[in-house]
Amino acid sequence: MARAPVLTISPQGLYCPAGGFHIDPWRPVNRALITHAHADHARAGHRTYLCATPCAPVLQHRLGRIAVDTIDYGTDLQIGDARVSFHPAGHVPGSAQIRVEVAGEVWVVSGDYKTEADGLSEAFEPVRCHCFITECTFGLPVFRWQPQATVAADLNQWWQDCIAAGQTAVIAAYSLGKAQRLLSMLYLSLGPVLAHGAVEDTTAVLRRQGYQLPQTVPLTPDTTAADHPGALLIAPPAALGSDRTRRFGPVSTGFASGWMQLRGIRRRRSADRGFVMSDHADWDGLNHAIRETGAERVLVTHGYTGAFARWLCEQGYDAAVLDTEFTGEPPDAEDSA
Amino acid sequence: MKRFAALFTALDQTTGTNAKVAALSAYFCDAPPEDRLWTVALFSGRRPRRTITTTRLREWAAGAAGFPHWLFEECYPIVGDLAETIALILPPPARDTDRGLAHWTGTLRAASGLDEAARKALVLAAWDEMDPTQRFLFNKLLTGGFRVGVSQKLMTRALAKATDRDEAELAHRLMGDWTPDSTSWHRLIEADDPGASVSRPYPFCLAHALDGAAEDLGPPTGWRAEWKWDGIRGQLILRGGGHFVWSRGEELMTDRFPELARTRDFLPDGTVIDGEIVVWDGTAPMPFSALQKRIGRKTVPKKLLAAAPVIVLAYDLLEQGGADLRDQPLAARRAALETLLAPLPPDCPVRPSPMIPFDSWTTLSDTRDTARSEKAEGLMLKRADSPYRAGRRKGDWWKWKLDPLTVDAVMIYAQPGHGRRANLFTDFTFAVLSGNELVPFTKAFSGLTDDEFRDITAWVRKNTLQRFGPVRQVTPEHVFEIAFEGLHASPRHKSGIALRFPRMTRWRRDKPVQEANTLADLQEMLKAFG
Repeated sequence: MARAPVLTISPQGLYCPAGGFHIDPWRPVNRALITHAHADHARAGHRTYLCATPCAPVLQHRLGRIAVDTIDYGTDLQIGDARVSFHPAGHVPGSAQIRVEVAGEVWVVSGDYKTEADGLSEAFEPVRCHCFITECTFGLPVFRWQPQATVAADLNQWWQDCIAAGQTAVIAAYSLGKAQRLLSMLYLSLGPVLAHGAVEDTTAVLRRQGYQLPQTVPLTPDTTAADHPGALLIAPPAALGSDRTRRFGPVSTGFASGWMQLRGIRRRRSADRGFVMSDHADWDGLNHAIRETGAERVLVTHGYTGAFARWLCEQGYDAAVLDTEFTGEPPDAEDSA
Repeated sequence: MKRFAALFTALDQTTGTNAKVAALSAYFCDAPPEDRLWTVALFSGRRPRRTITTTRLREWAAGAAGFPHWLFEECYPIVGDLAETIALILPPPARDTDRGLAHWTGTLRAASGLDEAARKALVLAAWDEMDPTQRFLFNKLLTGGFRVGVSQKLMTRALAKATDRDEAELAHRLMGDWTPDSTSWHRLIEADDPGASVSRPYPFCLAHALDGAAEDLGPPTGWRAEWKWDGIRGQLILRGGGHFVWSRGEELMTDRFPELARTRDFLPDGTVIDGEIVVWDGTAPMPFSALQKRIGRKTVPKKLLAAAPVIVLAYDLLEQGGADLRDQPLAARRAALETLLAPLPPDCPVRPSPMIPFDSWTTLSDTRDTARSEKAEGLMLKRADSPYRAGRRKGDWWKWKLDPLTVDAVMIYAQPGHGRRANLFTDFTFAVLSGNELVPFTKAFSGLTDDEFRDITAWVRKNTLQRFGPVRQVTPEHVFEIAFEGLHASPRHKSGIALRFPRMTRWRRDKPVQEANTLADLQEMLKAFG
């Protein structure tokens, strides 16, 4: 007799029949388990939310008055016939993979993840399972990241060059995750760091939680380059080409994303500098993570799903594509998070 | 290759002209002379002969990276550039060496004499000692098409800065049929008399499109007008007892137009004429499609020579008796041209392109409206006292083309672009209505803004009916205004009609599919303007 799958796709999203809950649902549900607070995973309108403890402050900051239960990483919780636990995904501070066990069968939903420890997010932890539902935003072998230290050296060299040229370095980054990761990579002895409103707000929330994040100068409508010589400004991508930024003074613009690996997209972005840096796993990271789970079955969600599933099948996995409404990090998104 | 890779990275990282010129001129000061020479060659459109097919390169790269071939092919459209796909998919290099650009072009030249196994070994070894940027550039040498956002003009400016030489003189030195193998840095750039190559053309004087009203150019008496023909702009050079025909793309086309050899019977040595190469029906130019049949052929069969004979419609005289006339005013050059050509018999394959007399901008505008029936694209306006300048400058010469023809058409297929447009749907097939049927009639890939391409890309993803490789058939829902310069009958197209320079001018979000133009509308246009 075929067993009922631990997780299925319902019109609302990923659903666990045994536990009667959804994971990162895209339409309103009764009970939503949330992997992380990015907009394509954590939507408004659910009756109750459950997330990892460090995820809750930003979730509430973004979604306002919602009913949130929290659970520490690695702690078991019985929901109906399902046993559930949350495990670090290394994607952004507070992000989690969700482990669901029903009658001895273990499935893990990766959410978004990266395997390299960034020094800020709780580091990715492989979880053994029978079936692994993985993202594959960068699931092609042309995507391979340099170690963070290498990117940090490039980033700070650029900042230094900007200072020498009398320009403000303006770097675009999603306000949750990428912005704080960049902040933690900067050599603060070089100069002051300014933060655009959306970035500053989220950073303040994380700082209050106890994440080690250096102080930033909030950007106000009156802030000019002249007030802060040698500064670096962190702003959301949408702010990069805005009038506000143009009026700021002489700037050099940078953009940090896995997509910066591709010259075509780099040129389309028309930032002065592209830094190849992502909070998603690269090709080697994805393959490594999948191996570590020991899963025989792999379901791939957002990203290059068709090609990646075929690759996994050829490697001996029972792999298939799972159609979801997650977007990961679209190449032309202004600010998905 | 590291020095060249650093130059490329600097150029690729900036859109600022000054920063590019600074990076290039620094390179021209400190790179080894043989590498500099190759850099000038590459940035002026010269490249090593292609010795390895891209099919082989794809196989070898996939094999070296340990991936199945299909996975490589999945990556290619995402990256949008073959050289880059290979550079990224290969594992990190085993060795770190630093051989110069000229070393690698030399290696490629030597490869042409080797068998395939040896070529493969050579390419794999090269890949294994380069980082991704160097590999990308090496692959560009292998595959051709070296576009890095540096125009020849910009490169020439940097060269002038680095060598402290006159930019116009350098531009002239760089013209013609030299290759890095046929010359040296010293001979090309520095030597006092670089052998004064007899075949070398002058840099073409180019025009911008008139962006305001003609009236704003001042009194008409200071201007000359002539037809802007739809052929190949070229230079006819008679020197050293021979003749040379250059296209404005700096391609030597002498052998493609053997009928122009007869000009030696009519014109003296030391003559250079700027004009338009057109197919001539005895009284007027034939459509560009007739010329197209000639361009593709290196040797021309007799039948085609008789059916589509070319002549040069001369615009300008750049050299007479071996003397450079470019600094003289247009009026004087033009007078000399007419004196030179007037006594020639009607069967001479060079004749002056007529000047159009006019006493007011209004009458000239009326004349311009008749361009299509004159088989012209519009008018050229040239200041009577202007010298013949090198390159595209604003002020002295203007193109005053006819407004294009337009039709409203329905998008039915979409395909992603390459390079900067990889991952965006930018190449579309359009159809017109024929009863209830949609008949495809043209493709177009330009004219929309980046934002519009992003919007349509998101729409295509959600409205795909069928996939054929990279091509997606989409719900026929969106209407676009397609502009084009002309049209002609074509049995190769399903609609029976081919357009010249089709592009999208507007996304007609206001128009339903039922209000698009019909095949009958196109056929009417063909009758009127074909």
